[in-house]
Amino acid sequence: MTYTTAIFYFFAAILVFAGLRVITARNPVHAALFLVLAFFTAAGLWMLLEAEFLAITLVLVYVGAVMVLFLFVVMMLDINLDKLREGFWDYLPLAGFVSVLLVIEMVLILGSRHFGLDVMGAPAPHPADYSNTKELGRLLYTDYVYAFELAAVILLVAIVAAIALTLRRRKDSKYIDPAEQVKVKRNDRLRIVKMPAVKMQATQKPQAGEGEA
Amino acid sequence: MMDMNLDWTAIQAVVWTLIKIMALVVPLMLGVAYLTYAERKIIGWMQVRIGPNRVGFQGLLQPIADAVKLLMKEIIIPSGANKGLFILGPILVIAPALAAWAVIPFTDTLVLANINAGLLYVMAITSMGVYGVIVAGWASNSKYAFLGAMRSAAQIVSYEIAMGFALVGVLMAAQSLNLIDIVQGQSGGVHQWYIWPLFPLFMVYLIAGVAETNRAPFDVAEGESEIVAGFHVEYSGMAFAVFFLAEYANMILVAALCTLMFLGGWLSPVTFLPDGIVWWLAKTGFVLFLFLWFRATFPRYRYDQIMRLGWKVFIPITIVWIVVVGAMMQTPYGYLFH
Repeated sequence: MTYTTAIFYFFAAILVFAGLRVITARNPVHAALFLVLAFFTAAGLWMLLEAEFLAITLVLVYVGAVMVLFLFVVMMLDINLDKLREGFWDYLPLAGFVSVLLVIEMVLILGSRHFGLDVMGAPAPHPADYSNTKELGRLLYTDYVYAFELAAVILLVAIVAAIALTLRRRKDSKYIDPAEQVKVKRNDRLRIVKMPAVKMQATQKPQAGEGEA
Repeated sequence: MMDMNLDWTAIQAVVWTLIKIMALVVPLMLGVAYLTYAERKIIGWMQVRIGPNRVGFQGLLQPIADAVKLLMKEIIIPSGANKGLFILGPILVIAPALAAWAVIPFTDTLVLANINAGLLYVMAITSMGVYGVIVAGWASNSKYAFLGAMRSAAQIVSYEIAMGFALVGVLMAAQSLNLIDIVQGQSGGVHQWYIWPLFPLFMVYLIAGVAETNRAPFDVAEGESEIVAGFHVEYSGMAFAVFFLAEYANMILVAALCTLMFLGGWLSPVTFLPDGIVWWLAKTGFVLFLFLWFRATFPRYRYDQIMRLGWKVFIPITIVWIVVVGAMMQTPYGYLFH
């Protein structure tokens, strides 16, 4: 067993464990954190495949942004998991049937008969100065440029649609225009009154209670 | 399984790497300790005070005394806290703050790991730091800590986008993700540094860096006056000190990245002086001084102002400047943007 194989099994074991805990953890925050662990471990596996750009982007996008927002929402919700799990045994037969079907389909396609080493062959290892990022960039902006641009436009439409659907003008909003705020001059708010300095007579005794105020 | 013959060169490599990691982390921790001292002294002078001057000559042993004090204190775990996550929080904060240093070059040969996607690695690792804050705030089971965690999460996620776009400009100019290549792209004197062609991105990166590290004037996550101390209000002793260490290690990291990407790293500003780590230290020290200066100068931003600045000012500026750089690179004036 080589070093990379050992690393692969180590990461794979963590990935499977984290994936299981995502669906079995009783606390939704724990489940979300296990999903973070699963993403991170998957990124490690991609790194073993010399796909460093995809691996780092997986961490950057899914761990660094998407899951943060996910966790943000999960922490604020008051989720009662026992209520969610009430119908577990009723749904189990149907869900079991569907998952067994899924597994059979995946085995038929992804079995070692089609993707084994004798069919596909191991990819040639690249030298240390090989840049996966540059290769991906070149492919995305030449061979697959239309698909890439289309995906970008669809995402943009989704962003605009999500904002348009949820945006509502609240009448009780206390929004202040910062441009207006900056324009305020001192004289709009403040009036300085000139007053002659008043000096208390030394002989005059202060009135009772004034000293303690 | 038993055919794993002991490979002595591999073991030697692991031990050697561990020694190198120690050689990086120990000076970093000392740097953190004396950054806190510098902060208290400098802000003291700016506010016409003396600052720490009791422990050691001119108070120079003050950070050591603080560390010893924090080590001796009891770590209290609140009874309502989620114990596992409460302990995990500080670890999740300090680990990325230290791990990102693995790819930071000090000179063109002095670097722990010279990887070709160094910039991406730093971005990915630093984006993990927010988990520690969120987990700590949630696990504390306290409303102040929770509010602090919420504010911090929203703020860090918002400013990360502007920061990422600022870095896109740098990698367009350098045409590389490797930090050593990025610095070497700026060789030839002070006028070759990326700060000039990418000045808007430099400003955005610097300010977003302040926000990213939760420093004043963007420190609403701590907000002593309204939410006590934010996400770390329930932490005491060394657990608190770990948050403190991570904040300052992140500050030094942002300053170092600023130096590498916009200020020419270890390169000398004039060609007749030799390049060297001295320049790296001087430039990073200057950026750190800016951090302290900001803290002494600006009042804390209001929360909605922070969000507006991040989303409506910084992100448009960076997008416009990326387009400008990209367009200029296709013209005969492309050499100005390298």
